[in-house]
Amino acid sequence: MLNMFEVIETNNMIEHERLDVRTITMGISLLDCCDSDLDLLNEKIYKKITAMAKDLVSTGEAIARDFGVPIVNKRISVTPIALVGGCACKTPEDFVTIARTLDRAAKEVGVNFLGGYSALVSKGMTTADENLIRSIPQALAQTERVCSSVNVGSTKTGLNMDAVNLMGQMIKATAEATKDQDSLGCAKLVVFCNAPDDNPFMAGAFHGVTEADAIINVGVSGPGVVKVALEEARGKNFEVLCETIKKTAFKITRVGQLVAQEASRRLGIPFGIIDLSLAPTPAVGDSVAEILEEIGLERVGAPGTTAALAMLNDQVKKGGIMASSYVGGLSGAFIPVSEDQGMIDAVSMGALTLEKLEAMTCVCSVGLDMIAIPGSTAAATLAGIIADEAAIGMINQKTTAVRLIPVIGKDVGDTVEFGGLLGYAPVMPVNPYSCEKFVNRGGRIPAPVHSFKN
Amino acid sequence: MNKIIITVVGKDTVGIIAKVCTYLAENQVNILDISQTIVQEFFNMMMIVDMDKSLKPFETVSSDLEKLGEEIGVRIKCQREEIFTKMHRI
Repeated sequence: MLNMFEVIETNNMIEHERLDVRTITMGISLLDCCDSDLDLLNEKIYKKITAMAKDLVSTGEAIARDFGVPIVNKRISVTPIALVGGCACKTPEDFVTIARTLDRAAKEVGVNFLGGYSALVSKGMTTADENLIRSIPQALAQTERVCSSVNVGSTKTGLNMDAVNLMGQMIKATAEATKDQDSLGCAKLVVFCNAPDDNPFMAGAFHGVTEADAIINVGVSGPGVVKVALEEARGKNFEVLCETIKKTAFKITRVGQLVAQEASRRLGIPFGIIDLSLAPTPAVGDSVAEILEEIGLERVGAPGTTAALAMLNDQVKKGGIMASSYVGGLSGAFIPVSEDQGMIDAVSMGALTLEKLEAMTCVCSVGLDMIAIPGSTAAATLAGIIADEAAIGMINQKTTAVRLIPVIGKDVGDTVEFGGLLGYAPVMPVNPYSCEKFVNRGGRIPAPVHSFKN
Repeated sequence: MNKIIITVVGKDTVGIIAKVCTYLAENQVNILDISQTIVQEFFNMMMIVDMDKSLKPFETVSSDLEKLGEEIGVRIKCQREEIFTKMHRI
């Protein structure tokens, strides 16, 4: 029988340490909506999403009530729209109509984000892929809840440098198109290498073509719980430290597993995966940076940061994998700058730089995330940063991503406010030297030698 | 069995357990286990109850007890048992 201390421990995690289930994300396949008539396609997409997800939000709320654990977000991911819209959309403008339909459907069912305005172009781009990519700036400017992602490389295929180059331009164009909102559009746009098919977290969620018709994926969270647990292990050796992180990750993940199974049962939709990521929020005490500082760094960004993060990430996985048989998505520690108060502080005082963040992405999920940079940054430089990050993913056989916000009209020293879970960020300096000749070469960077396993 | 964990936290006063138990009895909710401590004048109670024969659904019991808690000046929370067993039992 349960004892009181166990019950108090769980409730303390929820009430004081910000334990929550970050998202229940319903993946919906739109492949059966394909039609060569654009109006009909839009109608089918709207009907399918609103039919499948009509009970998603209310079910999430009911589960939260039953177990007394907050479920922060209810979201939807759909099949990459470049595949769904290819038949009907002949221009970027055609694709924008689908973005508006997705936005309407998201509002109708009450989810705060819908991901999957995406193209998978790791080796090459079809005409539809390119049209979708070129429509992203307008799609994000004209919608509120749609998130977009583009996969530009993989360990198996190498890097599609034409797509990398194009994405540099599109990030810049998206920033321009949403400049009256501090270039907010870029916060909803992710460029991936090795993008997973089952990621429940935004802005990079999409419902991969290898998935079933519909699926429930759940993202757990709990940086605050890990931080508080580690306070007990101050001054102890690495073995004790690792044990503490593993046990805490186990407990957090079990809550996610319970919520996922319950959501799956109530909605009658199969359970997909649990994403083990430690996802911070701008709230104090819900920060990955604070965990690293608790481990022993004066400030995140100090020497030792990469090693500490590598250890943290690995222990979270080891604990989480024991708690759920189906772990997937991104599963690691997130290091978004604007969404993590400790990261924001470290950047503001000069402890954390873009280059250190890049090093950190070698050992954790996901990548350069939610980083505000000067609006004057050249598109080629953005492409260079994407290429660097994608190369890390390609060579290390892991997912990496770039979500940079070149804030039009702002420069180093300014601060940008995105609001809500997206937080705020100081504008960070970017290396001023050019990589234009490199990114403009065209073509592909070949797959690395260790991808040839057949 | 439909096990629910009820936790009561707040400043200690006379009759907290009595009021909660009366409500549960009136609604045919069977108490399986009670434990209680006082830490620095704060009252902490945990009850494991079975709601199989309850006259009211979980949501109603949960919100009724929350209101009752407000009247007494304590916080009463109802949660399904699985969140605790999943977390603390392999």
